[in-house]
Amino acid sequence: MTCCTPPAEPGSLDPLWDAILGRMSAFAMLLRSHGFVIGLRENADAARLAAQLAMDRPAIQRTAFKALFCSRVSDWKQFDELFNSYWLGRGMKKLLRVGGSTAASTRPCSLASTGKDNGQSGSTELGEEVSTPSGMETEDGATGKSEGASRTEITSSTDFRKIADPRELEKAHAAAERFARAMRARLTRREQARSRGRRIDLRATIRRNVGVGGIPVNLRFRQRKPKPLRLVVLLDASGSMQMYTAVFIRLIHGILDNFREAEAFVFHTRLVHISSAMKEKNAKRALERMSLMTQGVGGGTRIGECLATFNKWHAKRLLNSRSCVMILSDGYDTGAPEVLASELKRLRQRCRRIAWLNPMMGWDDYRPDAKAMQAALPYLDLFAPAHNLESLEALELYLARL
Amino acid sequence: MTMNLPELSLKLADAGYVADRELAMALHLMELLQRPLLLEGEAGVGKTEVAKALANVHGTTLIRLQCYEGLDRAESLYEWNYQRQLLAIQARTASGISVSEDDIFSERFLLERPLLQAIRQERPPVLLIDEIDRADEEFEAFLLELLSDFQVTIPEFGTIKARSIPYVVLTSNGTREISDALRRRCLYHYVDYPSVEREAAILQRRLPDIGASFALQISRVLEKVRKEELRKVPGVAETLDWAAALIGLEIKDLHSNPEKVFDTMMCLLKTQEDKLRFTREVAERLLGKVA
Repeated sequence: MTCCTPPAEPGSLDPLWDAILGRMSAFAMLLRSHGFVIGLRENADAARLAAQLAMDRPAIQRTAFKALFCSRVSDWKQFDELFNSYWLGRGMKKLLRVGGSTAASTRPCSLASTGKDNGQSGSTELGEEVSTPSGMETEDGATGKSEGASRTEITSSTDFRKIADPRELEKAHAAAERFARAMRARLTRREQARSRGRRIDLRATIRRNVGVGGIPVNLRFRQRKPKPLRLVVLLDASGSMQMYTAVFIRLIHGILDNFREAEAFVFHTRLVHISSAMKEKNAKRALERMSLMTQGVGGGTRIGECLATFNKWHAKRLLNSRSCVMILSDGYDTGAPEVLASELKRLRQRCRRIAWLNPMMGWDDYRPDAKAMQAALPYLDLFAPAHNLESLEALELYLARL
Repeated sequence: MTMNLPELSLKLADAGYVADRELAMALHLMELLQRPLLLEGEAGVGKTEVAKALANVHGTTLIRLQCYEGLDRAESLYEWNYQRQLLAIQARTASGISVSEDDIFSERFLLERPLLQAIRQERPPVLLIDEIDRADEEFEAFLLELLSDFQVTIPEFGTIKARSIPYVVLTSNGTREISDALRRRCLYHYVDYPSVEREAAILQRRLPDIGASFALQISRVLEKVRKEELRKVPGVAETLDWAAALIGLEIKDLHSNPEKVFDTMMCLLKTQEDKLRFTREVAERLLGKVA
């Protein structure tokens, strides 16, 4: 019933078949532009399917292509809509908006595709731009637009103003480099300390003792390969932290450059994942991309709610028993302290350490009196100042001991 | 022998798995394109059950590889039985027989681990690679190689080609992001919490004593429970537990005995926090919505 005779073999010169193949590769292109990972083999398989299944029934075609082309949840959720719009011509307007925003939020890392930056900078105009017939023009236009936007962003946005100060910048970057180097040194030490272990490695032992006729004279051992500590940084970018954000962002940039496993988030009233922007080698471009991602920085802070978002959407994926969560914040929270406490408690169960770095602690008469800070203290493993370079250096030592 | 789609759905149902159309299609394509299938979804939605049902449908064995951190080739593919090899060498040297390399590296001393076992079967088995996200990236890369060539090279022994291509099912819980390469190689299906009708069908399939209307009632409540803010959203396994508990207590209608129904609802909750949050009022509100 589902398997009917193929209209033509995939290699034949039937014009109808060619048209179908053309439509299908165009569909694959559409999916790619929405972040699907599709290779040549998938295309070939799709053609095979088209020949073997009853492709005149959309329901069958949809389920078959869905299994074939999707490779993650985000694909899965948007596939039906894309399929309907392409093959059945339904729901086009809404679809474009959905596609653009998903591409921007889930895979902002692919720098080269200016179309996606476009999705972030001006989502309201996206509908018009996509419907422009010539693709090249659209892309050029988008590039110019997003670059222009980001430049004005940096000069006008108050938070990143400090970044322009070159001396401060250099110092911070050097500290960040040192910080990352300390981490690397620690890792090498651990890798080398492996000549004795818990279990005898028989394979290696025999290999090693071939020279003495296979009699195990020198034993070899196995030990678990130590994996690096995973660091997750949550940076408070609210108005009250303004003076420090610049330095911290450079610090984060240094960390993400060198650690193998590190993730960074910025939060104020909402949480923004900035790792992809920060992994940019060139610091300046990284900052540009980040400023685009964190528009609206500088309002009040809702630490508890942002942590809740983190716990709900990111914690499971990013945290394990080797993770250290580092919160950089002054603890001035406009949300309820109870929320913060319960979210920190939840976070505590997922990771190895929580370190809270508070730049205000460096001030002479500062005491952690803010309600949020009071609520948070019981769940912290480290509560330390981070107002100058010395305090950051002290942090190196702490992390090296983990 | 490929079976067509409706036939496959029927056989799945016979095997005790109520599949939606998309899953049935994915399983059908697995056979058609000879590709592995990657299943993602929350814990407790029945990902592992899919593999069991598939083995049942094809009347073949299920070979399971549970992934964990630090899983390596020696534990997933093959290992030489060194102890036996050493013993054999010593026994023969003591009795003056010469020992040849071929003897020592022969079938007798090879320990098959799940992956090797799977490709050496006469009939294609179902190979379940459970929780692939728990294994390391290195293992994932190795698996990718195996899944594309279906052959294994053992230096001392030679290359072993797959006798039959197994049906490979991979599951992931999302504790780590899986590489794009592996994702691309696989067909994909996202296992969601079942719809009310499907869950009722599952209940009836698994617990034949349950009446159709009672099964529907239970799955309606579950639909509501899953919308509550819970830390651990109850999966299908929990639904089955609860239904079994209700049947055990001879409750035939959720409104007949609120006291007992509330007590048994604890089957659905797995953390202290959820239990505290799930008060009698909440339960009554949820039950009240379900006529």
